Amino acid sequence: MTNYLLFVALPYLSLGIFLIGSIYRYRSREFSVSSISSEFLEGRKLFWGSQPFHWGLFFLFFGHLIAFLFPKAVLAWNGQPVRLLILEITAFTFGLSTFIGVILLVNRRLINRRVQIVTSKMDVVVFVVLLVQIISGLLVAYHNRWGSSWFAAFITPYLRSLFVFDPQIEGIASVNSLSLKIHVVSAFTIIGIIPFTRFMHFLVYPLDYLWRSYQQVIWSWNRKHIRTSRSHSEGRQSTNN
Amino acid sequence: MDIRSQVSMVFHLDKCIGCHTCSIACKNIWTDRKGAEYMWWNNVETKPGTGYPTKWEDQDIYKGGWEKNGDSVSLKGAGKLKGLKNIFHNPHLPVLDDYYEPWTYKYQDLFTAPEGDDQPTARPVSLVTGEHMDVQAGPNWDDDLGGSPDYARQDVNMNQLSAAEQEAMFQLERMTFFYLPRICNHCLNPACVASCPSGAIYKRGEDGIVLINQERCRAWRMCVTACPYKKSYYNWHTGKSEKCVLCYPRLESGQAPACFHSCVGRIRYLGVMLYDADKIENVASVPEDQLVDAQMDIYLDPFDPEVIRQAQLNGIADSTIEAAQKSPVYKFVKVWKLALPLHPEFRTLPNLFYVPALLPTMATVSSGVYNSTSQSLWNGIERNRLPMKYLASLFSAGNTDKIVEVMKRLMAVRIHRRGVTVGDLNSSEISSAMNEAGVDAETADAIFRLTSLATFDERFVIPPAHREESIEILESTADVKGNTGFGFKEKPARGL
Repeated sequence: MTNYLLFVALPYLSLGIFLIGSIYRYRSREFSVSSISSEFLEGRKLFWGSQPFHWGLFFLFFGHLIAFLFPKAVLAWNGQPVRLLILEITAFTFGLSTFIGVILLVNRRLINRRVQIVTSKMDVVVFVVLLVQIISGLLVAYHNRWGSSWFAAFITPYLRSLFVFDPQIEGIASVNSLSLKIHVVSAFTIIGIIPFTRFMHFLVYPLDYLWRSYQQVIWSWNRKHIRTSRSHSEGRQSTNN
Repeated sequence: MDIRSQVSMVFHLDKCIGCHTCSIACKNIWTDRKGAEYMWWNNVETKPGTGYPTKWEDQDIYKGGWEKNGDSVSLKGAGKLKGLKNIFHNPHLPVLDDYYEPWTYKYQDLFTAPEGDDQPTARPVSLVTGEHMDVQAGPNWDDDLGGSPDYARQDVNMNQLSAAEQEAMFQLERMTFFYLPRICNHCLNPACVASCPSGAIYKRGEDGIVLINQERCRAWRMCVTACPYKKSYYNWHTGKSEKCVLCYPRLESGQAPACFHSCVGRIRYLGVMLYDADKIENVASVPEDQLVDAQMDIYLDPFDPEVIRQAQLNGIADSTIEAAQKSPVYKFVKVWKLALPLHPEFRTLPNLFYVPALLPTMATVSSGVYNSTSQSLWNGIERNRLPMKYLASLFSAGNTDKIVEVMKRLMAVRIHRRGVTVGDLNSSEISSAMNEAGVDAETADAIFRLTSLATFDERFVIPPAHREESIEILESTADVKGNTGFGFKEKPARGL
């Protein structure tokens, strides 16, 4: 029953809240969607915390995503022990960098008076779930070795079953590792609280900046159209009644 | 040709008395809010000085503006790859201490302090943390050359000057300064717009005002770095960047912006300039010594029939073209060539132009005796109290010739008016000054009039916003005839 709650009910609840909540917040309370950076109040310590934290997280996220989407390719890569070791050590290093980063960030929030002022209750929640997530992840990587390989056997089928609405939890429930279960549960918790926290900011990562033109000019209405239009009143339905 | 209209500005520095009324008018309307206390969308600096935020002009520190890159320009410290790479920590961002920590005083303590041997005091408290603080810096901390060893001598514009020239500027008898009021330049090639990863910053097509969409801003802070004038500010409370809006709600209703309207010295002029948007990239990428001339070329003659025709084709209203013809900015910048852009080497094509302060030598001191008699009235430009190189570093990207031309014209106007009003100069002196500057008596009188006697409506020629017509793009006025208000949210039909 507990397994069912944790590995079926919680994921669906979280994903549902995530989808509805973030769309609602983006559409109706867009002003609140921001990375709410505090670099302006404290810049030096932020550098040492933010860079290792974000870059570590960036690579870990895509590592998990690749393991989920292309398990066979990862297994094939891991076929040689050297390559397995390279992959695991790299991933663990990113995990450590994320861990060190978040510790430095927590420390900065605790000791810098100006940053304390802009710390909300949700920031505390964010730090707690992040710490749980990162520490449990590191423990899993250390105690349950070669996760990049058994991910394909235990996690990928489970996640796939969730996405095809045919949840199979036998695999994950049978794993004898508390840290792994905590890692999975807190991962879904993080997804669920995205709409209520500053986590929203990674959904609006500005990728479209790469293909937009540098300068942006907005005309509130098209004067040229008014001046030269021959058709703007004939046969055109107004839009609001 | 892609003609657009731009609301542009001229500040006449000879008239600025440094009273900061403009700053206060702006602060009262726009930035008297939590998170914005430290912001001065309009600020007045003493020059020489390090300004606000400290050393904002030094792009080795802040990496603002554009730099020449082959035939084009690229952002110095931001841009697509640099911006996204630095998104987790922006290495060149000015922090609160580069501005100052805002504070207030605990006035209530004056009333509630218990009886004691000492006078109660109102101690300063930080507006960020709310705790007692020792005030280390504030807005205009270096006003009127206060603390000049720490501030005025650190002015980056003096890097061009030799040590002896710098020393001469700070001899007590020779010390001089002028005020530099600054607002957002609403540039033609704005670096803040180009640097914003979220696309929250945009230039309004109709009047060229640069605005930040507060809904879209995601606090990546790239605009704060990219603006070389440091006129985009980060609100630490809301987590959004803010900047001067040129009081667009006032402009749209025909009023001058608050800082313009309140200006005691009447140094500010506002008017429309027509420019050719196709030329922006070319102009921004010319070599440094040609930047001023190239920028002057982008502005078009609003009396030229071809320009008028193209402007009309581009949808610019007749009333806007008329405003461009009456524009005081056009006169100062294009016709009389008296006003120059601030730091054109940042390559943003700023639309705020400055008439430099004249500061002539009025007297000499020899062996302790102050001697106010001199051979000529104002001793000539070459003996100006501020070195031309210093002014050139501010207003012409180091091109001294441009400054000398402007100064000669300003001096010619003065000499001409001295002849008219006092009449103590001989006519050959007057005519030689006027010939050298290329100014005739009629022009000199016109300059004098717009400088000294201009009325409110001559100083601010604001084009009508034509909001009454904007409805036509949203809906057919024929179709909604007989309706009132904003129409219906649902069709006025019989329901289910």
